[in-house]
Amino acid sequence: MSTATETIEDLVKTEYKYGFVTDVETESTPPGLSEETIRHISAKKNEPAWLTDWRIKAFRHWQTMPEPTWQFVKYPPIDFQAISYFSQPKPQANAPKSLDEVDPKLLETYEKLGIPLRERGRLAGVAVDAIFDSVSVGTTYREELAKKGIIFCSFSEAVHNHPDLVKKYLGSVVPYTDNYYAALNSAVFTDGSFCYIPKGVKCPMELSTYFRINAAKSGQFERTLIVADDGAQVSYLEGCTAPMRDENQLHAAVVELVTHNDAQIKYSTVQNWYPGDENGVGGIYNFVTKRGLCKGKNSRITWTQVETGSAITWKYPSCILLGEGSKGEFYSVAVVNNMQQADTGTKMIHIGKNTKSTIISKGISAGRGQNSYRGLVEIRKSATNSRNFSQCDSMLIGAKCGAHTFPYIEVKNTSSSVEHEASTSKIGEDQIFYCNARGIATQDAVNMIVNGFCKEVFKELPMEFAVEAQKLLGVSLEGSVG
Amino acid sequence: MSKQPILEIKNLSAGVEGKQILKGVSLTINAGEVHAVMGPNGSGKSTLAAVLAGRDGYDITGGEVLYNGKDLLDLDPEERAREGVFLAFQYPVEIPGVNSTYFLKAALNEVRKHKGEQELDAIEFLALVKDKMKLLELKDDLLKRSVNEGFSGGEKKRAEIFQMAILEPKLAILDETDSGLDIDALKVVSNGVNKLKRADNAQLVITHYQRLLNYIVPDFVHVLVDGHVVKSGGKELALELEAKGYDWILKREVASV
Ligand SMILES: Nc1ncnc2c1ncn2[C@@H]1O[C@H](COP(=O)(O)OP(=O)(O)OP(=O)(O)O)[C@@H](O)[C@H]1O
Ligand SMILES: [Mg+2]
Repeated sequence: MSTATETIEDLVKTEYKYGFVTDVETESTPPGLSEETIRHISAKKNEPAWLTDWRIKAFRHWQTMPEPTWQFVKYPPIDFQAISYFSQPKPQANAPKSLDEVDPKLLETYEKLGIPLRERGRLAGVAVDAIFDSVSVGTTYREELAKKGIIFCSFSEAVHNHPDLVKKYLGSVVPYTDNYYAALNSAVFTDGSFCYIPKGVKCPMELSTYFRINAAKSGQFERTLIVADDGAQVSYLEGCTAPMRDENQLHAAVVELVTHNDAQIKYSTVQNWYPGDENGVGGIYNFVTKRGLCKGKNSRITWTQVETGSAITWKYPSCILLGEGSKGEFYSVAVVNNMQQADTGTKMIHIGKNTKSTIISKGISAGRGQNSYRGLVEIRKSATNSRNFSQCDSMLIGAKCGAHTFPYIEVKNTSSSVEHEASTSKIGEDQIFYCNARGIATQDAVNMIVNGFCKEVFKELPMEFAVEAQKLLGVSLEGSVG
Repeated sequence: MSKQPILEIKNLSAGVEGKQILKGVSLTINAGEVHAVMGPNGSGKSTLAAVLAGRDGYDITGGEVLYNGKDLLDLDPEERAREGVFLAFQYPVEIPGVNSTYFLKAALNEVRKHKGEQELDAIEFLALVKDKMKLLELKDDLLKRSVNEGFSGGEKKRAEIFQMAILEPKLAILDETDSGLDIDALKVVSNGVNKLKRADNAQLVITHYQRLLNYIVPDFVHVLVDGHVVKSGGKELALELEAKGYDWILKREVASV
């Protein structure tokens, strides 16, 4: 057995230890949310008192907050008492018991996504549970990473093994008071990833985590914290999928990034949570807070996201450009098809001098999907000689979908400049016919045209992901042209 | 030996949104032949090309079209292309972000798959490209760019014929390939088209100007006016048209009724 295989197994075990499966074997928390629930989670995870207190403070704050309504999405009220926050509910009577009973569309989707057949096997029967499937090579090379002083582990482990670091940075970018879902996450988060790159270290490989929601009637609340110390560099990848269910499930994650002087973090996401069916039944509510703090001089944070899944996406990966000369970048492709809704964008808060930000957003709407770009560029008085460039392009496929752009620009000094370009185009019948006339069938033509439209973003993704992202785009737009 | 017809248009009528544009067009093109279609603006030339290539939105209200003896109008546009029908567009569209080489390789591989041939990989394809590029004196940076994006009018036309060179169609329909070309480019493009002519393929050249026909010499010239082929003849018909204009034909047609 190669060490690689062993460590993958380790990884799986590790994730299960702090994730869902182990707890299934012991007990599951009934749906409901109270201080007791939170103490229960904290106790199960054997957390130190300071963290329990922090959770409780977050919970009390959350209770005082109204649910936000400003976003351009529609959904029925969420019953937070109906969610199991740390649990493995027993399989439903009508849950698929064998592969034969699983909707063939689902199987097909997996095949198209290139997820190993083995996994389809695991989806059936009792093991449905929480398959936290990880394709991460991260922990595979854990020892090698450790030699360079890089810490890459689950959040729960970090709490025990690196409490000082966690304490120092947890909530430092996204305080629990930040917003409704961040507060909720702070109260109930169960796990996530932690990564620390020490001074002067360039992480020798991509770190990646692949998230999956599998349990029914549960929510997923994970937390990721990545810190790059002076001169450190890391590229982190995140992928997500979830099986089809006719219920909506809440995914409310928080990601915090911190870069010190001259450090760089590149954070890429390929989000493919289950989007619901063509009538808008089921799917994940993806309400996520992602924010990076460019704390040090000349540091840099790059967010790249390809959002194809989720019934509703509500997320604004943002950068606070505090350090002088720091740079924030946001590259995004958001696709909505059928009844999907997305309200996504970024915030670039320029505080330090000579800070720069770039926003490239590509929104694709098909079916009856609604796609909104919402972006804030704020250049504060202190941020002299700062620059922003924003480009927001929307593509419409069909006549029943929508694209919306909500740019907010605030510039508080005169030496800075902001440039905003926006375009909306319909995928042209002319373009499709041109492809047809060259022997390329319509669905392939649409994929080709859409991929071309997204090229500027895809080229920011690490190679392996770019390929996956292109495939995903194809799958998610399937049937969008009749 | 009788000639092998590649395209037989029989009394074809077609329209769009209730408007009749083609009003009974008949035309037979045999293997090895070059036919020119001329006619005033709005007479239906591009419509004929579009209907042959299978563009959506046209209602076929009468007649039929046989391609190698089979019903052409029954095929999807991509099937026609794979069967060897090629339309060089009057206005080639831009596809931002889609690399020209990638696009053309995809197109060629569709044809090859259809014929049961093995698809070309990137290296084999590039070798082919290099070879064909000489034919059209194409600047190779064009192929590194997105499909037609930012190409000048002339570059777009040249690129269309380059695609034709790669795809080696059985029936090439060139819709005003000469418009927008300067005189040197016209020679290069015509030369390219001529070299692609073979005994087993055919070309249908749509143009306004006899000038093109000095370079691409047609076996037959047809004059399309208001959806009818009002006159057919040899290459000298084009010269006559150039000298006398369409009015001349129209008057004669009216007189002969
Ligand atoms: N989609 C359409 N809707 C309405 N009318 C159309 C449409 N397409 C073509 N037509 C009309 O049909 C007629 C023939 O058009 P077509 O483009 O075939 O002419 P053409 O002979 O190619 O002209 P040109 O020499 O200017 O290229 C024109 O009057 C044109 O306006
Ligand atoms: Mg025309």
